[in-house]
Amino acid sequence: MAEIAIKGIAKRFGGFTALHQVDLTISDQEFMVLLGASGCGKTTLLRIVAGLERPSQGEVWIGGRRVDHLPPRERGIAMVFQNYAVFPHLTVFENIAFGLRMKKLPQQEVERRVNRTAELMHIEQLLKRYSGQLSGGQRQRVAVARALAMEPDVILMDEPLSNLDALLRLEMRAELKGVLAASKTTTIYVTHDQVEAMSLADRIAVMHQGRIVQAASPVEVYRNPAARFVGSFIGNPPMNFIPATKAANDSWTVAGLTLPGPRSDKQKLEFAIRPEDVDAGGEGLHATVRVVEPLGPHTLVTCDVAGGLFRAILDSNASVQVGDDLRLAPKPDRIRWFDPETANAL
Amino acid sequence: MSAVAETPVAAVADARKAGDWLLIATAILLGVWVLLPIYLLIVNALSSPDQVTAFPKRFFPSFDLGSLSFFINFAGVARALWNSVLVATLTMILAICFGAPAGYALSRFDFPGKGSFRFLVLMTRAFPLPLLALPLAVMFIRTGLDDTAIGLALVHTTLALPFAVLITFSLFSGIPVELEEAAWTLGCTRWQAFRKVILPLALPGIAASAVFAFTISWNEVFAAAVLTIENRTLTAFLLQSLGESPLYLKFAGGAALVVPALIFIFAVRKYLFAMWGIAYR
Repeated sequence: MAEIAIKGIAKRFGGFTALHQVDLTISDQEFMVLLGASGCGKTTLLRIVAGLERPSQGEVWIGGRRVDHLPPRERGIAMVFQNYAVFPHLTVFENIAFGLRMKKLPQQEVERRVNRTAELMHIEQLLKRYSGQLSGGQRQRVAVARALAMEPDVILMDEPLSNLDALLRLEMRAELKGVLAASKTTTIYVTHDQVEAMSLADRIAVMHQGRIVQAASPVEVYRNPAARFVGSFIGNPPMNFIPATKAANDSWTVAGLTLPGPRSDKQKLEFAIRPEDVDAGGEGLHATVRVVEPLGPHTLVTCDVAGGLFRAILDSNASVQVGDDLRLAPKPDRIRWFDPETANAL
Repeated sequence: MSAVAETPVAAVADARKAGDWLLIATAILLGVWVLLPIYLLIVNALSSPDQVTAFPKRFFPSFDLGSLSFFINFAGVARALWNSVLVATLTMILAICFGAPAGYALSRFDFPGKGSFRFLVLMTRAFPLPLLALPLAVMFIRTGLDDTAIGLALVHTTLALPFAVLITFSLFSGIPVELEEAAWTLGCTRWQAFRKVILPLALPGIAASAVFAFTISWNEVFAAAVLTIENRTLTAFLLQSLGESPLYLKFAGGAALVVPALIFIFAVRKYLFAMWGIAYR
């Protein structure tokens, strides 16, 4: 049982604040992904949980125990590093056994655990090799096996797949998900790759400029972004935003179209819609087609709506030409509204 | 048409060829500059006393071991040799014990004054030893360190330390910090991680740095001559006694000093390149 609680964690490097008062609770056996662009503080947060970095303030609790004053070895964690960190002077077997030998487990138990995790990661034929004789993918497997062999309460992963080539990354992603679900550990996984985050996570914590902007399930983060940043960061292509002005008490004018919206005292709001949530034809936004990109399953159309860029994903059957005037009707239940001042969702 | 096109190509080829020749000629010149005296030293050391003084000079040794064996059996040489080895070994141990932790700290920690510390380490080489010799001698006599192996080893450590710090610094910097962090998360204390992960990886380089410290002490003559009287090291002993010796003995003594130092430096050459940031892999 290892619930992780991060309470009011802040980290400053000199005058630069990497993390502002971060709060996050990760329940037992949950797979939490920290997602954000580089420099958003996600790796710093992970290293604070690991004990490799000291927080400037705040508390870290793992399994009901306050750990922020403890060194990494006393926190019941295992970590997988971005560049694998496989010890070059030890064989694969001794790499996986390293932590178990530090625990002074009997030789029989060490062998049992090494063989079991090696089998799990499909590296049993490599146990006698050295790191220099392995490919990047194999090293990554050794690093994961080494962490799993510890049977830790918590596994921390810092962009473990980012050094692998695309095909291998896809394969390892699916494998990691299976292995970690079976191991029943709590996992924190750092990545800047939103596809990786969506596919692996039970919950995604989207980070931006040292703050967690939203922590929710992948579908929730995608459908109901809590802030403008989340909508513009997640999704490829990202969400479309159009300024809206108040028409009546609960209706808003968006690029000439009047739509029902939230009641608000504000005079201006921001209308947002995902590219796949518009239908061509009928009553909709006036759009002039600029670029047409047929992608196979669907067609990506980049248009001009009220002087701004607007991307729509249309059926690949739709015959659209550059210069066409389209009517794009947003699906009413998929429309989101943001406050332009706070950038938060309404 | 073809002639016009060929001329510039040929000119470039000529210029490149000339550049190559210049490089080769310079390399040969520098090689001869360094190697010729050593070669002559060895030829003469391996010749009989008569051949050394004879004219014309020989360019091939006769492998007469007469002067070398006379030199080895010369009164005091064995003792001086032992003193040299003792002082150099002490220097080696001290330089590594102080230098390696400093190199580790420089590569792993950010601390105030890190830049000036690195600079100061090098600055210790800027003080000419003759300037320090007299005050040092006085201080050593007062503290009773004069004419002892440990006293001389302390001075030699000061000379060897900057190199030990710089070599080990580049060595530790070449070992990814993640390896250490991985060891910490796998149950190691800072010291255990150093011993089980960093030390095995750095050991060849540390050994090289130790050999270099040994060589610095082995070759040092000024401090040795000033600070020792009874317990002379080989260099100081030779400086004192070979001045009045016949030529063939000087050659034998010179060879006995130069050859071990050359072998040591040759053994650790790639780590010395590393100190200056030149890749050697």
